[in-house]
Amino acid sequence: MTAIAVVTAGLSQPSSTRLLADQLAAATREALGGDAEVAVIELRDIAVDVTNNMLTGFPSPKLSAAVETVTAADALIAVTPVFTASYSGLFKSFFDVLDKDSLVGKPVLIAATGGTERHSLVLDYQLRPMFAYLRAEVTPTGVYAASSDFGSPSLHDRVRRAGAELADRATGVRTTSKPADTFIPFEQLLAQ
Amino acid sequence: MQFGVFTVGDVTTDPTTGVTPTEAERIKAMVAIALKAEEVGLDVFATGEHHNPPFVPSSPTTMLGYVAARTEKIILSTSTTLITTNDPVKIAEDFAMLQHLADGRVDLMMGRGNTGPVYPWFGQDIRQGIPLAVENYALLHKLWREDVVNWSGKFRTPLQEFTSTPRPLDGVPPFVWHGSIRSPEIAEQAAYYGDGFFANHIFWPTYHFQQLIQLYRQRFEHYGHGSADQAVVGLGGQVFMRRNSQDAVREFRPYFDNAPVYGHGPSLEDFTSQTPLTVGSPQEVIDKTLTFREHFGDYQRQLFLMDHAGLPLKTVLEQLDLLGEIVPVLRKELDAKRPAHVPDAPTHESLKQKKVSA
Repeated sequence: MTAIAVVTAGLSQPSSTRLLADQLAAATREALGGDAEVAVIELRDIAVDVTNNMLTGFPSPKLSAAVETVTAADALIAVTPVFTASYSGLFKSFFDVLDKDSLVGKPVLIAATGGTERHSLVLDYQLRPMFAYLRAEVTPTGVYAASSDFGSPSLHDRVRRAGAELADRATGVRTTSKPADTFIPFEQLLAQ
Repeated sequence: MQFGVFTVGDVTTDPTTGVTPTEAERIKAMVAIALKAEEVGLDVFATGEHHNPPFVPSSPTTMLGYVAARTEKIILSTSTTLITTNDPVKIAEDFAMLQHLADGRVDLMMGRGNTGPVYPWFGQDIRQGIPLAVENYALLHKLWREDVVNWSGKFRTPLQEFTSTPRPLDGVPPFVWHGSIRSPEIAEQAAYYGDGFFANHIFWPTYHFQQLIQLYRQRFEHYGHGSADQAVVGLGGQVFMRRNSQDAVREFRPYFDNAPVYGHGPSLEDFTSQTPLTVGSPQEVIDKTLTFREHFGDYQRQLFLMDHAGLPLKTVLEQLDLLGEIVPVLRKELDAKRPAHVPDAPTHESLKQKKVSA
């Protein structure tokens, strides 16, 4: 069973960002032959917790659970609306409070929604560099959906292609390390 | 078991009155807190070291020397002394001097500072934070134990036939604690030398520090200083008390809501349930403090942060009176639970006796 975490930063209800996230999750699950467990994190539900983590330096139990879901998953689908020509502040804030090593090697499918097609490069100019910094493994296909794309067959094709790419990368076993696992014996520190 | 207070030395506006103490008032308030700590029967007073506003304590041994002259019993310590940016030669001399003046009532806690720019202010490179802590402490350790030192390292000029002066009182170096919030290297350093390890344990959840203390205990045993449960552990804590729990919450809430570290964030209720902060009756503080031992094992030193977020001196002194009432209860409970083979925190007297009998 492959664990897929979905992080969606849509704010309205219903949300087209969530809609795209669900389509991507379904496509990934299908590509895995149905053998996948999908956990969706609506950042709206933990928005205050994310801000509090910024202010205090530690996550609340609710945010901790979301972070654990993301870091323990075999693959991540990350979807944001485009706000002011970039990912939303909430989307960025969630990734800001993650440990910088917590997504190393994690297969990630990036996606975004927007009112107009003109923002489609946000995926490659904003989201891809952020995940590159986190050393995640981003699928070659990212999916951008403008309002006008919903219902078009080409969006469906891109969703399926991206889902298949993520599924291909999602089967490895991921482990996260804790700070205490990585200490250096003192003789070695002294000798440096 | 030792109990005491540690202060950051922040100058913060009292959010209920809008009054901001002057630096002079804050410095004198820190002294008043130290004297009060001794009066109510606490064992330790520790001051932070900072080199940027809004903090005042840039010169801990000056302050502690003054406090030493006006106290009889209390141990004077730091929380922390910057091992990265202070010259280890000067630390060796300043604290040996303080030891003589205070008749041995001195120990200190090593730390790496809470702000990046402190490194360039003292001509150091923040990227070398851990290597500086390692090398500087290795030199400090040597300077206190060898009368004549020949030494060379990466971060300061070499020493030839150098004797730091005065020599430690009775030939016994001050006991050293190492404080860290997230670096396993520092837990490892404390374990290597058989020194104490202090988990600040305020502002963050308990689980955050459990891993570091566990690592320190295991490595303390690994290096042959004793069994893991004999390692010397200190913890922080933060409390606000009134006889009536609701009064404590009502009075402390505006300070909490506007506090520099966590203000304008989570609610007081969330923060007290998620971190060691306790706001309530003396009995509630006793109950919460007794849970620390369950998370970290038997430990040797408990320091409380009592004077931040703009609390006026008068309130802090009242808090210390209440602390003086609950500490005997905590001491009795924790000492009764501690097995005989788990030692107390080392003091100058105990280290001196150990040296004589060795």
